[in-house]
Amino acid sequence: MELSVKGIVRRFGPVTALGGVDLDVAEGEFLTILGPSGSGKTTLLKTVAGFEIPDEGRVLLGGEDVTLAPPRRRDVGMVFQNYALFPHMSVAQNVAFPLEMRRRPRDEVKRRVIEALRLVELEGYGDRLPRQLSGGQQQRVALARAVVFGPRLLLLDEPFGALDRKLRESLQLEVRRLQRQLRLTTLFITHDQEEALIMSDRIAVMDKGRIEQVGAPGDLYAHPATRFVADFLGESNLLDGSASAGHAAIPGFGAVPLPAGQPDGGVTLLLRPEALRIAADAAAMPCRGQGKVLETVFLGQSAKLRMALDGGGEVLARLPLRPSDPPPAREGETVAVGFAPEDLHVVPRG
Amino acid sequence: MSSPGDSRRTTARRRETALFLLAVPALLLLGIIFAWPVLRLLAMSVEDGTLANFEKATLDELYLYVLFDSVKIAAMVMAICLLVAYPVAFWLSRAGRWGVALGMFALLLPFWTSVLVRTYAWLVLLGRNGVVNRWLRDAGLIDAPLPLLHNTSGVLIGMVHVLLPYMVFPIYASLLRIDPDLSRAAEGLGAPAWRSFLRVTFPLSLPGVSAGCALVFVLSLGFFITPALLGGGRVIMVSMLIEQQVREFLDWPFAAALSTVLLVATLAIYALIGRITRGARHA
Ligand SMILES: Nc1ncnc2c1ncn2[C@@H]1O[C@H](COP(=O)(O)OP(=O)(O)OP(=O)(O)O)[C@@H](O)[C@H]1O
Ligand SMILES: [Mg+2]
Repeated sequence: MELSVKGIVRRFGPVTALGGVDLDVAEGEFLTILGPSGSGKTTLLKTVAGFEIPDEGRVLLGGEDVTLAPPRRRDVGMVFQNYALFPHMSVAQNVAFPLEMRRRPRDEVKRRVIEALRLVELEGYGDRLPRQLSGGQQQRVALARAVVFGPRLLLLDEPFGALDRKLRESLQLEVRRLQRQLRLTTLFITHDQEEALIMSDRIAVMDKGRIEQVGAPGDLYAHPATRFVADFLGESNLLDGSASAGHAAIPGFGAVPLPAGQPDGGVTLLLRPEALRIAADAAAMPCRGQGKVLETVFLGQSAKLRMALDGGGEVLARLPLRPSDPPPAREGETVAVGFAPEDLHVVPRG
Repeated sequence: MSSPGDSRRTTARRRETALFLLAVPALLLLGIIFAWPVLRLLAMSVEDGTLANFEKATLDELYLYVLFDSVKIAAMVMAICLLVAYPVAFWLSRAGRWGVALGMFALLLPFWTSVLVRTYAWLVLLGRNGVVNRWLRDAGLIDAPLPLLHNTSGVLIGMVHVLLPYMVFPIYASLLRIDPDLSRAAEGLGAPAWRSFLRVTFPLSLPGVSAGCALVFVLSLGFFITPALLGGGRVIMVSMLIEQQVREFLDWPFAAALSTVLLVATLAIYALIGRITRGARHA
């Protein structure tokens, strides 16, 4: 493992920011830490970078224990949320900074700065001051500065937080391309689940100072281990029912079949909104119910419906739309709703 | 006929005028208590229709010497203040809530006592048999009392004491304005603490250094009470010379010429400090 975090605990007075975090990142891997505000993401990143000393636990970089090593001894490139570019230095001076601190010869510094700026498509911007650049350009300078010295680990703390959507999307792809090209082991922080799904090899979902689950994006989406992960990643219907003899009784849908080996007792089932079909499309579905449409939202390539089920409870359905399709249902209308049982996922720790 | 653009510009202009009106009382006050007397002074110095007073003030060796000496003392006060104030300001900018409260109290306390009282207090402390000399003797550090009073050392000690806050506050303010992530970034990129300070924190605090230096220098150059009392007549600053011309020789025009020279010297040095620090920032 390039980076191993073992049992990290960090308390600030009464607040436990990190309550025992274990995490492994493989060489060349892009791992995203996803979690709501205050879940401890930044604290974890600062611990890895060396700006925080944990109360308990260890940080290993390439097998070496660096828990107490100062930041400058860790060879870690970090992009801060507000870029943290040195405002009194030109773009080239900013990018040259880590090389100068390593006392590289002058002509090597010059060459590598040019290469790094080319990598982020900012050739010819070397003489500008950071404040003469747009937000996205500053972001790319920060990125160039963090990778120019060939760090063994790249840390990014919500680097796109302050950018508009278009720019965000193009930078997401650019960072991903750069990371692959340089084969950089990367720890990326975001609270935007869509961003996490787009960019990551693996995602670690964090809540209240703990890691809830780690896995590939598709795996986390389809098989969340906890209610929190199911809820936080994508949109979800969480249905509480009780299991007996391989079936679960769910209000509104009656008894639905469960995967084999499910013990009796209370269960939480995850049903993604896109698994639901309504009206005529619902007729072909093995599990069916009926409900009143409370709200419809048009989203371009799909429509979202909030429905009150006849047996009690609410569900969210997302229906794909072609441009020629009429609206799938009107508000107030009562329609059939159904799904296939294989689209159900039992949340193990509901 | 006026286009919509015209009326927008009028509205914008009206807003600017309204804002300007807010500054009028302060401008009037400045005009009455500052600009007018300065003009009167200038007029007085050339009352006899010649530049004779200015010739005397700028060419006579004695006066030049005093002016040079004043500049030298002001520069020394400024330098000592800077050396003492920077670490204090730096510590304050990193201190916790209680540290800041304590530091602010200690810095502001002298402001609640008059300069005259504080200067007399130094007379008691620094004399041949004053508190400082007695301590040093009791501690066995010296045999004979140090000459701390009625010389340049005494003047420097007293002036630094009075002017120190004027250096601490601007530097403290500019250090607070620096994003703490910048020094973190520097350290993360491989800089030891001292290099991060030299390359990032210090250059970014230069506006505060510049403001503090200018304030202390300008105030030092015209300082009167403290050098007059602690210098014991052996240290003469331009301000004392001016006072002497008025009080003893009743030579108002020459005093006015000296004052004008002092004012010009002050402005010149003020500009110089600004230029040096701006240059250093992007070095
Ligand atoms: N220096 C500190 N002193 C006291 N409490 C702190 C400190 N740093 C973080 N905390 C607390 O630790 C918890 C986790 O903070 P952290 O900054 O790691 O959250 P985060 O996941 O990065 O949130 P966000 O998405 O808002 O940036 C929060 O409750 C925060 O208040
Ligand atoms: Mg954060």
